[in-house]
Amino acid sequence: MSGTAILLQFLNGLAGASSLFLIAAGLSLIFGVTRIVNFAHGSLYMLGMYLAVWLSERIGFWASVPIAAALVATAGAAIEIVLLRRIYKAPELFQLLATFALVLLVKDFALWAWGPEDMLGPRAPGFAGAVEIAGRAFPQYDLLLIVIGPLVFAFLHLILVKTRWGILVRAATQDREMAGALGVNQKVLFTAVFMLGAGLAGLGGALAIPREPANLEIDLSLVADAFVVVVVGGLGSIPGAFLAALLIGEIKAFCIGLGYSKITLAVEFIVMAVVLVLRPWGLLGRPQAAARGPGALQSPLNPPSGRAVAALVVMAAALAAVPALTSGYALVLLTDVLVFALFAASLHFMMGPGGMVSFGHAAYFGLGAYGAGLLLLRFALPMELALVLAPLFALAGALVFGWFCVRLSGVYLAMLTLAFAQIVWSVAFQWDAVTGGSNGLIGVWPEPWLASKTAFYYAALLLCAAALALLWRMVYSPFGYALRAGRDSALRAEAIGINVRAVQWAAFCVAGLFAGLAGALYAFSKGSISPETLSVPRSVDGLVMVLLGGLQTLTGPLWGAALFTWLEDAISRGFDYWRAAIGGVILLLVLAFPQGIAGFIRERLGR
Amino acid sequence: MKPRFLAFTAGLLAATALQAQPIKIGELNSYKVFPAFLEPYKKGWQLALEEINAGGGVIGRKLEIVSRDDGGTPGDAVRVAEELISREKAHVLMGTFASNVGLAVANLANQRKVLFVASEPLTDKIVWENGNRYTFRLRPSTYMQTAMLVPEAAKLNKKRWAIVYPNYEYGQSASASFKKLLSRAQPGVEYVAEQAPALGKIDAGAVVQALAEAKPDAIFSSLFAADLQKFVREGNTRGLFKNVVVFNLLGGEPEYLDPLKQETPEGWWVTGYPWSEISTPEHRRFRDAYQKRWKDYPRLGSVVGYTSVYTIANAIRKASSADTEKLVEALKGLEMQTPFGPIVWRPIDHQSTMGAYVGQLARKDGRGVMVNWRYADGAKYQPSDQEIRALRKE
Repeated sequence: MSGTAILLQFLNGLAGASSLFLIAAGLSLIFGVTRIVNFAHGSLYMLGMYLAVWLSERIGFWASVPIAAALVATAGAAIEIVLLRRIYKAPELFQLLATFALVLLVKDFALWAWGPEDMLGPRAPGFAGAVEIAGRAFPQYDLLLIVIGPLVFAFLHLILVKTRWGILVRAATQDREMAGALGVNQKVLFTAVFMLGAGLAGLGGALAIPREPANLEIDLSLVADAFVVVVVGGLGSIPGAFLAALLIGEIKAFCIGLGYSKITLAVEFIVMAVVLVLRPWGLLGRPQAAARGPGALQSPLNPPSGRAVAALVVMAAALAAVPALTSGYALVLLTDVLVFALFAASLHFMMGPGGMVSFGHAAYFGLGAYGAGLLLLRFALPMELALVLAPLFALAGALVFGWFCVRLSGVYLAMLTLAFAQIVWSVAFQWDAVTGGSNGLIGVWPEPWLASKTAFYYAALLLCAAALALLWRMVYSPFGYALRAGRDSALRAEAIGINVRAVQWAAFCVAGLFAGLAGALYAFSKGSISPETLSVPRSVDGLVMVLLGGLQTLTGPLWGAALFTWLEDAISRGFDYWRAAIGGVILLLVLAFPQGIAGFIRERLGR
Repeated sequence: MKPRFLAFTAGLLAATALQAQPIKIGELNSYKVFPAFLEPYKKGWQLALEEINAGGGVIGRKLEIVSRDDGGTPGDAVRVAEELISREKAHVLMGTFASNVGLAVANLANQRKVLFVASEPLTDKIVWENGNRYTFRLRPSTYMQTAMLVPEAAKLNKKRWAIVYPNYEYGQSASASFKKLLSRAQPGVEYVAEQAPALGKIDAGAVVQALAEAKPDAIFSSLFAADLQKFVREGNTRGLFKNVVVFNLLGGEPEYLDPLKQETPEGWWVTGYPWSEISTPEHRRFRDAYQKRWKDYPRLGSVVGYTSVYTIANAIRKASSADTEKLVEALKGLEMQTPFGPIVWRPIDHQSTMGAYVGQLARKDGRGVMVNWRYADGAKYQPSDQEIRALRKE
């Protein structure tokens, strides 16, 4: 690269960093204070884009920017007051489910309101052209963005450091309970923070329209980037977010400048993995305050009563009888339900008893699926052997990634699992010769004796039921008790001689292994696999299933998986706007059963 | 009434009821993931269905389409296809958009022995490496459309070429085919830069900058949708296209051209669909009917949806049956009329010879249009039969 090329790519990196910072700053603020993992942040940004394009046709670009930001801020406030405020008391991460529903709703709303076609916004009046820098044309608007980013940073910094409100926000970020105990009105604070964060997302979206079209795919692709920036910078740290945005913006620009554009598929996740391994709290973050008092503890999970076990056995028997009634589509759907139930249960084993949330559990599902496909197609093993050996691929992945992950906790751990999942995904996506690249592996069918729907259903039922029984048994084994002890109080568990990390690592591997089995079954039930089995949406589906069912129940993931799979199947057939319909149903469930379905039933029975 | 006569009447009624049972097409597509292409596509197949049924259907039976959203992932699509086959008892499957979804459904069709007309996926593999007895594909493939651009590219005799493509199978194979074909047509050509941004996530400023640094004479791009729009705007602002000829696969399809409006780069060579200018009788008839029915102009997706249904109807007519094996045989070599003119379904690889329009972009009244266009007949842009047989391992 020549000197000018370096300079220009540096400026490109700065412009990219500015827009990244705008969205990450809002997300970081919201997480810092409310502890909400706001999946809908990208949707708010998308809303800002659409509003700005739509308004700028009527009132001009510059007027549309503040109005779009204000409108999105108002929408944010409304979301907080109407929805999130009702579920702050729910177990941690449950709000994630609500924001996931919002993603679905906002997407279909945008489709309904603005149509399917991408909307390219106008150029910014006054900044439409280019200036000459070192003999190259550089867009004026990018220069403006380079200035706006630091301005917004300075503004936020001033608010947070110099105003009373800012002091309250920082207090709440550092220790929410203590701030509440000192009489800070949390309701007002939370609403204001959510509104500010949403407004920043809206502003970021509005300012992006001269550079990219408003489109329906932007929401999820952006929220992942924003999370990376927030975590690399350190949760809740605005200077950290700024630094991380700079780092990632520049690294991306130089990857492209140096001709390594393919690596941009996963470069931010590689950066995140490296940062988290070296600095577990992000670049400028601080360790989260330890939760204190019995309020944070989970009530112990009692072994299922004899009646409950009997009910489960009856249910398994009923499932075994289904092929007598039908040999049609019901079996296909039930096979899916079984596979996802095992997937969700394996995730639950980590999240519930293990207390380790994973945002990247699809990695192990996908490794199992690819393992099955590779063993069958590339190594020409018999199908039965491929099915049995495939989960070992997932186990191998879990062994390596788990070793790093269990050194972290909370959202940092979750984000590291996401980083590893994305790295695995990008390898599967790129490695054409082995994994078939973006198309994946085609022709992964079971042996003839297992090929009929009925035969494969029985195989899936047998394996899933056995795996579930084993997983549940493990929760009540000494290993399971040690795991739960480590979750509830790592300090006390260490004091009585439990090697908490080793136990967590083992649990991570168990979860990976069983997810791998689910993945292998999935591969043979579909006949082909592609990188989507490893992708973020698959991980999110798993989370949704676990949370829908209820985190602190044993059978919750089963109900969650069954309900979610059935909902998707039934609703997508009946409605044009099925995404919004699913979102609506999830919202209703969230509001009605903040402890999950199984949790709700247990509470009712317990009374 | 004599009992025997009664039984006879009942039998006759039952027979006509059986006769009148509609033939079911199971249609699946990623309506929520690619709405810009697929909403017009849906209107296209609805129009064809209405026309056919208004004319009395085929072989005395009405056509019925059961349409499903396939969720945009291979796994979900396979489940939906299973539902269409086993619950809806669809006689034929039709649809899909993305290549990975199309390949997964094609594979299932082969496993379950059901005819699958893949309307839209562009991947070469669906008729070549992963081709199978039961899968037929309508649209001109990535290879064919790339080959259509090569004659114009070679004619310009530019030496330094830069390549930019979305980093997945479509972009990769378009770029590989282009390089192979251009090097064959114009020995000594150099490829000075290659950029492969992730699909939907192009960092357009940096990519444009990096391409400009390589000082190419010409660029081959297979970007589309949001990536294309970002690339065009940055390139315009930074003057990348000033003395550079650009070839952009799919760039003239209304779905991707229309959002560009006044940003439309003039002089680019593209494949596409100049819907307002094609005045052959068969296209005019289609366009008028479409505009009358939907009060909107047709996009390329409309033609694809429309032609897919007519393909199935014509195959049923030729086979005089809805039986899968007979339909497969009928489709091989089936000749039929489409809004783009006559096409043939090639027996060798189950690819239709539907072509595309090759031309240059221009701005007219603040909108992008195609000028200097010609129809490139798909039959002419194929590798040799021998190569295809080797790929299909037949």
